[in-house]
Amino acid sequence: MSYYFTILSPTDVPLFNIAFGTSKSGGDGIARFRFPDTAQYMNQFIIHSSLDMVEEAQWMNGNMYLKHIDTYPPASAYISAFLTPSGARFLLLHQPPQLPSTAASASGTSGSILGGSFSASALGGGSSRASASSVAANPTSPQTEEAVRQFMGEVYENYVKTVMSPFYRQGMEIRSSVFRSRVTAAGRKWL
Amino acid sequence: MSSSTKASRIGEELWKTRVDKVNAELVTLTYGTIVAQLCQDYDGNYQEVNKQLEKMGYNIGMRLIEDFLAKSNVGRCANFRETADMIAKVGFRIFLNIAPTVTNWTSDNNQFSLVFDENPLADFVELPDDGRAQDELWFSNILCGVLRGALEMVQMQIEAHFVSDVLRGDDTTEMRVSLVRYIEDEMPPEEE
Repeated sequence: MSYYFTILSPTDVPLFNIAFGTSKSGGDGIARFRFPDTAQYMNQFIIHSSLDMVEEAQWMNGNMYLKHIDTYPPASAYISAFLTPSGARFLLLHQPPQLPSTAASASGTSGSILGGSFSASALGGGSSRASASSVAANPTSPQTEEAVRQFMGEVYENYVKTVMSPFYRQGMEIRSSVFRSRVTAAGRKWL
Repeated sequence: MSSSTKASRIGEELWKTRVDKVNAELVTLTYGTIVAQLCQDYDGNYQEVNKQLEKMGYNIGMRLIEDFLAKSNVGRCANFRETADMIAKVGFRIFLNIAPTVTNWTSDNNQFSLVFDENPLADFVELPDDGRAQDELWFSNILCGVLRGALEMVQMQIEAHFVSDVLRGDDTTEMRVSLVRYIEDEMPPEEE
């Protein structure tokens, strides 16, 4: 599984983003998206396009964790969201590794857009095939929801500490390396 | 009983019975805002910010010593070592609820270090990543001023400065305090 995590301010300014891979089931924590390295902006496209869904969902109930809210089937990208009370949004895109059997059909549907992207991702899919059978490989399972919730909770805790720094001004990009390493650690722990 | 354990006991006792408490985050955020504002006002001239913080601390210390003596009701210290224990175990306990370790005495007993295991002023803080703050700003420099101001009021001229700070990536937060001289009471000039 590969993850792309981003924090957006209430006015949709990106404050922080990070890409990482799963560390469960022998994963090495390196992200292997289905897009070639030159098309990593696809993650941002997909994640930002889910903002409408977030805004629709955010008033439906009082929860901060909105669970899995959006899916982009052509890239089998799943998006989970978490809202802080001050309106910052945490968005997590997760993409299960490519299964060899589905690779052919997937490239049939979206190959026109993404061109030869699947040769690169097939390599990644091969090495993380072991994790495909685990629960985490199923992005909508309750176990995954729970893991993402724990991850969001931990990131939220660290986010609060980071924005409490007197040298951080509201709406500023989060450049803190401490925060980055804590998010990485949370990812390693839960995802 | 060594003066250090005696001082810790006094400090603990006072902290429990005589001290009004406020929320730690109120202190942390207020102080952090002051420093951040100074950095902005002096346009990132961190030497100047250090100096201003020290001066603010000096003015606080001159008043704070009165409060300290009223609360603690301790007498005059016999020597500078005892003074150090009083500062670390009673003073810091009362006002910040911490007790830095007194260490690294010079052989003439005139210089020591305070090593802070925790520093409530610096919670949540990350220094600006402009490449200079890490080397130039002493975030908690107000404490140096407080000690200087307080001790000056009880006839001790000291010099205090930080030598390391965990905020800068050092392993410890350490303040070096050195006694310059005891200020003798001077007779007013004779009137002829």
